[in-house]
Order: sequence, then structure tokens, then C-alpha cells
Amino acid sequence: MSDNLNWLTIHAAHELLARKKISSVELTQACLDNIEKVEPKVKALVTETADFALAQAKKADATIAQGKATPLTGIPALMKDVLCTQGIRTTASSKMLEKFVPPYNAAVIEKLIAAGMVLVGKTNLDEFAMGSSTENSAFFTTHNPYAFERVPGGSSGGSAAGVAAGEAIFSLGSDTGGSIRQPAGFCNVVGLKPTYGRVSRYGLIAFASSLDQIGPFTRDALDCALVMNVISGQDKRDATSAPEPVPDYTKNLNGNIKGMKIGIPKEYFVAGMQPEVDTAVKTAIKKLEELGAIVDWNVSLPSTRLALAVYYIIAPSEASANLARYDGSKYGAAFLNTDSMWEGMEKTKQFGFGPEVKRRIMLGTYALSSGYYDAYYLKAQKVRTLIRREFDAAFTKYDALVTPTSPTVPFKIGEKANDPLSMYLSDVCTLPINIAGVPGISIPAGFAKGLPIGLQIIGKPFAEETLFRISHAYQQVTDWHTRRPMI
Amino acid sequence: MKLSREEVIHIAALARLGITDAEIEKAREQLSNILENFEVLKEIDTSNVPPTAQSISLVNVLRDDVPQASLPAEDILLNAPDREGDLFKLRAVLE
Repeated sequence: MSDNLNWLTIHAAHELLARKKISSVELTQACLDNIEKVEPKVKALVTETADFALAQAKKADATIAQGKATPLTGIPALMKDVLCTQGIRTTASSKMLEKFVPPYNAAVIEKLIAAGMVLVGKTNLDEFAMGSSTENSAFFTTHNPYAFERVPGGSSGGSAAGVAAGEAIFSLGSDTGGSIRQPAGFCNVVGLKPTYGRVSRYGLIAFASSLDQIGPFTRDALDCALVMNVISGQDKRDATSAPEPVPDYTKNLNGNIKGMKIGIPKEYFVAGMQPEVDTAVKTAIKKLEELGAIVDWNVSLPSTRLALAVYYIIAPSEASANLARYDGSKYGAAFLNTDSMWEGMEKTKQFGFGPEVKRRIMLGTYALSSGYYDAYYLKAQKVRTLIRREFDAAFTKYDALVTPTSPTVPFKIGEKANDPLSMYLSDVCTLPINIAGVPGISIPAGFAKGLPIGLQIIGKPFAEETLFRISHAYQQVTDWHTRRPMI
Repeated sequence: MKLSREEVIHIAALARLGITDAEIEKAREQLSNILENFEVLKEIDTSNVPPTAQSISLVNVLRDDVPQASLPAEDILLNAPDREGDLFKLRAVLE
């Protein structure tokens, strides 16, 4: 039993903790032991926080002894290294922030620590969350636990691979164009991008502020609901966080989706999609039909084809503004031994940022520059409205839309590294959802030659509950989410 | 249409980004390829479409201005590349 504690779900671990069959220290130690074993192969972690974790676990055990355990008390977790952790370095996998130690916690970290979560490590990502494979990390590439020569997806690749490899029970990532859902699909775990505004972004290192959202990686839908119960809600420190009340997301997980209306937008079954992915996704949709959902296979969202261009104008534009702050004056890397302040600033950015980050800063700077603003940024914001309206119209007819998470299974490390455009295409199914601001979840839906395939379910704004209900019902009649990599 | 060398240098200067000759050539190639893919938006009629700046319709989020403690100066300055006493130390912006 104790060898396998690190593979438990949150709800199973909670039950054992609350009944005092196991302690949080034992559970945490099982994760730390497994990290030692698998980390040389997976490389999910930028920073391991073993001492902090064991101290937190002891505290959690005291809380449990008093009979005050809540669902996350004593549960080991990993946090993407863009979430500020007080006193624990937070790097964004960039040389720019290699030595940055935040003086405060992100809102989600605050909430999770208050709920008794045990932090075991900070996870690797594509530098500043820009990428789809973790190959853009300034430190190292994370490996897919199902096939070490392949990418775990990105940008939250470390958070996905860490949960898939049994290094912790759950994790958090951030998703600007697919950075939670695509790696969740690639690593056979559940990954949710909540509605824009559902989770406070306070203390999240900003990439594209109108698209960024924080969300969980878990082993099943119930766990995802449990984490969302803790991290959701308005926060006065993030003016874009929404006042909508937070329901108990676990309340309606009863396996019943009879009569639920599900639409299948045909534009998401793109040219170049792998046939195994097509088959697995359609098989999963038929399973939802068998469960009583009413499926319309012939939905059209014609503006989908414009989403890639809209995204790669808006996201880099916002990034170029957000990343202007890394100028070597207040924190982060700095070149001080230059002739002038301006030269120091240029060198700081030249050596602090990697190639993809520089590419996007330049792209965004160009799109916002005098003479091009209307043609690029403003135009993209207008087409963004058209994409949103199509989702609004679809959601007057359907409770949810279902698509593949990604057109392919995990690709090989190095395969797309020299072709930015083909890398951008791997997010073609996920980025329209950020543009519209609606919630999307990826759940395990099968394998092709041992490589995971994800199913994406998209919901109305603030209808995360619907996504959990469908995912949970699907997981009652399938076992993809219980499969583990052989590591 | 490929971006000119001068355009790339201008963009880098606007972003205060140091850039080498090799990087300029690579950026011309890659940025031009990406920009070409944006052409698809030009054919879309958006004359009566308002822009979306963010996706939820919150406007004018207000709160009372209540004084409260800020982070200790020492905690903030721990990350400073250069400091003098309780201040960030920078070189002259205007020379």
C-alpha cells in the first residue's frame, strides 16, 4: 500500500487521511521518494521543496488529528513556476528570473496553503509560458512520462508530467492558449482552463493578461472540482476576477447526463489531424451519446479558422507590454557594467530572454507600433468579437461543445523546435477558447500506440460545473484516466 | 512581403531589446512568415464590429480606498539588482 500512496486521487487520499489510515507525512514522503526515482527521466521540477513540504505535512497531520481535515488538507501538490511563492524562488523557467524570490504568495497559493495543501515543488514550463512543449524552458526540457523521447506538451508541461508520473497528487498550471489542456491531453491527466475571471491572477507572472487563467491538473474530474472549490472566487487584488458566486463543484457529480445537449463543431476536426485521434475522440463522443446526451454532430463555428491569427496578434501584443517591466532595475537579471543605462537595459533583455520570448516581444511590439495598431491589434480585437459571438450563439442551443484537445499525440522532442509556426498549430483546438473566455477541460480519452489522446469539453461562461458533470459521467464508464505510465 | 533589416532594428529599439546581426536576419525570416499568416484577417468585414478587450463584461470595478500596510521595504529590496540604503539604485536616464 505505502508504495503506491503517491498515485492516489485527492478524494481517495483524503478519505485515508481523515480515517487516519495514513498520515500526510507518509503521503508526502511517498511523493518525495517517487520524485527521486522518476525525476532523472521526467525532469518536471525546476525546484523541489522537500523540507518545506515535510514541515507542512506535519502541520496538516496536526490539523487532521484535531478532526479538522478539509479535502485538500495534507495533499501534496506541484505549482507551475509562474505562480509566486513567498520565500521560494519563482523563475518562469527564464534566466531573467533565475534568482527571483517573491516577497508574497499568489492568491491561489495563499488559498491552497490555507486549505492545507503541501507544496512539494515548482514545475518547469516554456519560458514565460510561451510554447507548447517545454522546449523553450531556459533550463531543460521536460519528458513525457509515457514516452521519454516525446514532449509533455506545454507550456505547463512540468505540472502535467509531474502528476502523470506520480510526483504529486495534483498541480496547478496556467493557460493562455492551451497551456493547461494541451499538456493534460499529452500526459493522460485532467486539465481545466476555467472561465476568464473565475480564478484570481494575483501573483501569476503575466503573459497575456486578457487570456491568462490559472487551473488544476488532476487524476479525475472529482479531484478537479475539489481543487476549483478552493481556488475560485473574486479577489480585490485582481480587478478582472468575477463576482459570480462559487458553487460546490462536486454537488452534481451523479453520473447522469441524460438529455444534455452536446454540439460537435466540425472545424475542430482539422486537416492534418491524426486518424487515431479522430477515432478516439469520436468513440468518446459516442460514449457520451450512450450515456444519454443528445449529440449534434453537425455544428459549425466558421470563424475558428481565424483564431490562430487573432491569438498570435493579441497574445504577443499583451506580452510585449507585460514583459517591458524586465528592465534590470527592480528585480530579475541585470547588466550593470555598461556605458549607459539604456545599453544596460538592452543587454538585460538580450541575455535574459530566450529566442521564443524575444520573437513574441518583437511581434507584439510591431503589432502595437504606430501605423500598424489598427491593421493588427485593433483588427484582431474585432475578429475576437466575432469568435465570441459564435460561441454565444452555440451556447443558446448546446450545454457543451466537444472537440479533440490537440490534433496529434505528443510529438518528438526537437521535431518542431525550428519551426515556430508548426508549433503554434499544435494549439489550434485550444486557443479559440481563451479568445472567447469560456471554460474548457481536457480529459483522457484513449491511446494511440501507447501515447495519450485528450478530449476537450467546452462550456458556457462560469459553467465549470457542467464540464465536471460530463467528465465525471464519462469517467464512470471508462478507465483511461486510471492508466499510468510504466516508469 | 519580407520585413526589412531597418524595420527589425526599429522594432527591437522600440522594445529596448539588444539584437545581434544574426538575430536580425532570423527575425526578418520568421516574423515575416508569421505576419503572412495574419493576412487572413484582412478579408473579414469588421466595419460594424466593436473590439473585445477582455471576455467578461465587467466595467468600472470600484472599491473603497482603505489604507493598509504594504510589503516591508526590505523584502522588496532583496531582489534589487543594485540598491543604496532603502532605494533602488539606477543610472541616469537623461545624460
